[in-house]
Amino acid sequence: MSTDAVPGLVAVLAVTIATVAIGTWGLRFSRTTSDFFVASRTVRPRLNASAIGGEYLSAASFLGVAGLLLVGGADMLWYPVGWTAGYLVLLVLVAAPLRRSGAYTLPDFAEARLASRWVRSACSLLVVGVGWLYLVPQFKGAGITLESAIGAPVWVGPVIVGLVVLVNVMSGGMRSITFVQAFQYWLKLTAILFPAMVLVVVWWGEGRPAGQGVGGGWSDPVAGGGGIGLYSTYSLIIALFLGTMGLPHVVVRFYTNPDGRGARRTTLAVLALLGLFYVWPPVYAALGRVYGDRLVREGHADVLVLELPRLMVDGVGGELLTGLVTAGAFAAFLSTASGLVVAVSGVLTQDVTSRLVTAREPGSVATAFRLAAAVAVVVPLLVALVVGEVGVAQSVGLAFAVAASTFCPLLVLGIWWRGLTDAGALAGLAAGGLGAGGAAVLNLAGVDAAGWAGALLAQPAAWSVPLAFAVMVLVSLATASRAPAHARRFLVRLHTPESLGAEGLSAGRR
Amino acid sequence: MTERVRVTGPPRHDAAGRPASRLGDVHEQTALGDVYLRSLLREQLGLALAVLVALAVTLGALPLAFHLWPGLAAVDVLGVPLAWLLLGVVVYPCLVLLGWRYVRRVERNERDFADLVEGRAEGSE
Repeated sequence: MSTDAVPGLVAVLAVTIATVAIGTWGLRFSRTTSDFFVASRTVRPRLNASAIGGEYLSAASFLGVAGLLLVGGADMLWYPVGWTAGYLVLLVLVAAPLRRSGAYTLPDFAEARLASRWVRSACSLLVVGVGWLYLVPQFKGAGITLESAIGAPVWVGPVIVGLVVLVNVMSGGMRSITFVQAFQYWLKLTAILFPAMVLVVVWWGEGRPAGQGVGGGWSDPVAGGGGIGLYSTYSLIIALFLGTMGLPHVVVRFYTNPDGRGARRTTLAVLALLGLFYVWPPVYAALGRVYGDRLVREGHADVLVLELPRLMVDGVGGELLTGLVTAGAFAAFLSTASGLVVAVSGVLTQDVTSRLVTAREPGSVATAFRLAAAVAVVVPLLVALVVGEVGVAQSVGLAFAVAASTFCPLLVLGIWWRGLTDAGALAGLAAGGLGAGGAAVLNLAGVDAAGWAGALLAQPAAWSVPLAFAVMVLVSLATASRAPAHARRFLVRLHTPESLGAEGLSAGRR
Repeated sequence: MTERVRVTGPPRHDAAGRPASRLGDVHEQTALGDVYLRSLLREQLGLALAVLVALAVTLGALPLAFHLWPGLAAVDVLGVPLAWLLLGVVVYPCLVLLGWRYVRRVERNERDFADLVEGRAEGSE
């Protein structure tokens, strides 16, 4: 720890204080239980889109992508592209119907659609699983960021992020988190865009030195050669394109829209905001080719975004830029972790802790929510502190594969097909969850197979997603008599515009 | 002398002179409501699938194209490798444009549907 640590330390402190301050300011608007969970469903599309963008741009986006691109080349561009295109798929298949379903969480949707406690429980289990699978790399990323920025021991980052998130989520719930996350999107965009522009100018001023050996694998968007490379690339594309709709923190956000039309407009704005952000990580990777081969040799490509300013600019300028990117990275962990914790604790509250806390007195729901939030943070925090090396983007990729193999078929068939039954849904969730989840566990456990077996395990989506769809459809057809009687009525509600009064009708039914 | 016959049809207007709403048909399980809902569902699903197909034949075809013609990896445009230009920059405005057109179309479908079930179908009044 030396004077090198000062800009990083200041940046982390500033982001933490701003986050807590905005959270507290948002608290003034957070008075009711409804505010607490869903910001009373009155968040306007633009604010909501900024909040979704802030929540969605995680450690993997801010740090992971640039590092992956530097080492892996163009085939890693599928990560940012897939994370964005996933919102287009979500827009056309689920955005408006999901909002109209009135479901707060995925288990809510499953229960309302299929009238089955069993499917609900299976979904709750999966939400918590996917959420934790996604939280672990956020905590890990916080560790390496603080290690790189201020030379702190690797456990400090996860603990700080965990504490700040917990305080914020516990005190303000969804309403104050919305303001915090909207702020964090713009902070992240500034923190990646401004240094990138400065660095490009510096590179230009030095006579545009070329990176070594452009061409070959670096400009090929297919991972490796032959059939295996093609399979892996397509499997990753399927996981990312279809997995977005099944991420717990994304779904919860849709309920804060006023109506289905608002949900669509929010999604469209998110598409634009994500595109605006993802143009910049490749710039860091390209400059890293010129200035950052030391990082690649030492296996520290993950911190490319943090180190590049210092490598290219000497003196105060470099320190200031370092402070800015550190602030952005720290905001990335805080906002994504907050979103995931809100989503996971929403599910835990409904299915676990609200049964533990006496449901009589008013305000006890908030108590149950706070208890759930503590559990939602502590478990993945402990996992992050215990497990060894986890590539940030790869483990996020596995969370997408599991989401694509379970919630994607459930949502798509539940919204568009009347014939889905509870038995079919359960069988499909089990097939997809065990398939993709099993592959994820084997991967994290360090199983390393060669050739096709390895590719099928590392990128399971191309087989697990069709498998889940097929099982869900076939078992539903075989148990057609179990199709819920209200399925038709429910579909009417999902697909008719609110202006026709479908909402009023179904509200009367509840 | 021809006899006067009163010609009647299904009421187009209710007692107050407003067009009769077919909304009830959609909510209740009538054959007519079924037809309306099916047509809306088919139209919206068709639109969604059109977007997904557009995505598959453009973006989705890229890995196959680079696999079949490995020479593409060596192509530079303005000093930037083709793959980086397409996947790093060009793809984002295209996704937004596709989404924007989808939202316009789908909102028009919903307006038409609302007009239909509320009895304001174009040209009928």
